[in-house]
Amino acid sequence: MPEYPHAPNDVILSVQHVRKVISGKPIIRDVTFDVRAGEVFGFLGPNGSGKTTTIRMLVDLIKPTDGKILVCGEDVNRRPERALRYVGCIVENPEMYPFFTGWENLEHFARMQPDIPFERIEEVTRIVHLDKRIHDKVKTYSLGMRQRLGIAQALLGKPRLLILDEPTNGLDPKGIKELRAFIRELADQGMSLFISSHLLSEIQLMCDRVAIIARGEVIATGPVEELVKQAGSYTVWQFDKPEDGRSLLEGSPEVALVRENEHRIDEAYLNGLPGAIVALMDQRTIPEWIKRFAGEGIGVQAVHKVAPSLEELFLKLTEGESVG
Amino acid sequence: MANLLSLVQNETLKVWKKKRFAVIVLVLLVLIPIFVYAQLKISQNNAAKFADWRSVVQQRITDNMNAIASDRIPEEWKKWRRSLVQQLQYYLDRDVNPDTPNAVTFTATFLENSVTMFIPLMVLAIASDLVSSERASGTIKMLLTRPVRRWKILTSKLIALTLYVSLIIPTAALLSYLIAGLAFGYEGWGAPVFVGFRVNGTAIETSSVHAITQGAYLLMEMGLVWFSAMTVAAISFMVSVLLQSAAASLVTMMAAVISGAILANMASSWSSAKYLFNVNLNLTSYLQGTPPPIEGMSLGFSLVVLAVWGAVSLTTAFAVFTKRDVLN
Repeated sequence: MPEYPHAPNDVILSVQHVRKVISGKPIIRDVTFDVRAGEVFGFLGPNGSGKTTTIRMLVDLIKPTDGKILVCGEDVNRRPERALRYVGCIVENPEMYPFFTGWENLEHFARMQPDIPFERIEEVTRIVHLDKRIHDKVKTYSLGMRQRLGIAQALLGKPRLLILDEPTNGLDPKGIKELRAFIRELADQGMSLFISSHLLSEIQLMCDRVAIIARGEVIATGPVEELVKQAGSYTVWQFDKPEDGRSLLEGSPEVALVRENEHRIDEAYLNGLPGAIVALMDQRTIPEWIKRFAGEGIGVQAVHKVAPSLEELFLKLTEGESVG
Repeated sequence: MANLLSLVQNETLKVWKKKRFAVIVLVLLVLIPIFVYAQLKISQNNAAKFADWRSVVQQRITDNMNAIASDRIPEEWKKWRRSLVQQLQYYLDRDVNPDTPNAVTFTATFLENSVTMFIPLMVLAIASDLVSSERASGTIKMLLTRPVRRWKILTSKLIALTLYVSLIIPTAALLSYLIAGLAFGYEGWGAPVFVGFRVNGTAIETSSVHAITQGAYLLMEMGLVWFSAMTVAAISFMVSVLLQSAAASLVTMMAAVISGAILANMASSWSSAKYLFNVNLNLTSYLQGTPPPIEGMSLGFSLVVLAVWGAVSLTTAFAVFTKRDVLN
């Protein structure tokens, strides 16, 4: 049952040429994008790129110097009391009142919105699996529980748009997995989700479309897969005889080996793969290559497809900009 | 539209759950018995020395006359003592004991003495971090991203603050009455008090002096204490909006209140100091007819000065809160 009735292509959030100057410094130069109904939209950028400032403008914590932000057609900065009805959000950490219980917190925020019945509070409590601890003081909650309480709070008003700022921060791998499934479930019900992150891998796993922000400007918007393809993907080989494997790969014109200091893979990741050889190649040919190595008597210990880091993607994107 | 009433409910609940009011009651419960005990000692002492209250008053008059005659007492102090003598004489002439030790006079005296420091401090316990704590804990991001106009949120906080201030004063009076009653008895509501002493140059004008009951006097006092407490609350409210940290706003306000008490004691010849809010807090002194700390101050003057300070503070608080970006 679609809980959030909206045609799939309706624009829920529209950000139009937004600029923000803080004490003379342009923090946001030009940000424009649309988020449609039922999509998970990623907002990707390194720390200090203007991500947080943009999110705060989306929920009227900061007024833009210029430009317009519309949620379901209502101007967020002019009529926040109408526009924010359609929005649930967690900006940075989910800060709740520690001296209240989880339930009292939800009641507190329910009183700030029109027509939220008692049953809805029970419902969101169940959705985030907090039923057992909901009557305990929030100061006794773990970070994960606070996160879930934050999400419960954001869901209270059945928002059309849910804004989550770096939602996986501080979650363990199991929690991250659950969150991903949860986000997908909400999107399937027709809700739009806006998720910020500085990790490409995370956005890749969660989002349908992405906007990339750097130095206060959106430098690319589009489906996640397309953008990642643009940046290229590395193939990392590990052999029992690394020297022989390397020379065989080097011999082929379709393979370009990447020298140790030139690739842009996470250092921590490569350190776990001793003797790894990084190559740029058509990844459809990997099975053929494995046969060839086997024929030559070189044992393939492992092959990894590794997505480039966010920095790599930026490099590609900004290169494209200067060429085009 | 989230209605204002539920917002006020939220804010009232937050202060309550932070146990601020409980702390105030606790402080009162500890301090009042101490004062009651001190008062009890004084009365016992007087009763042992003098068989009749008239001799006590006569003794006080003589003491003050001696002080006035002394060369080493500054002129400002003499003026104060002279008016005190005149008042005591007035009571003596009409055969009314100004210091009958009972729960009602004790309560009245307690409020008089707490109006400049103690009550403001209790108000600060609630007002000083009303907004800054939301900022410090980050809950302001949740609060301001709900579909409610910012001025409504601030108004609900102001109303909750007013409720608590209006609760603190009767609570202080009630506790003091109940505890003092244990020692002095619960009588005294109907005893006469003279009000309307007016300071005119060096003399006290008694033409408009009339007697009211102790109960009515206490009620008038509570009204004045409330007014001065609300002014402190309004200024503290503004400071809480302007400053990020709860500790910083508490210290700022405490410094302001305490410096007012010090300034008032300096019997200052710096006459423009009378426009500072903190030297005007002692409104109950006008009821008793104590000469004001600075020439030219009167009950009306002080009320206006406090009202202006309060209004300016609230205007600033609203202007800043509704416009400012939340950056951290």
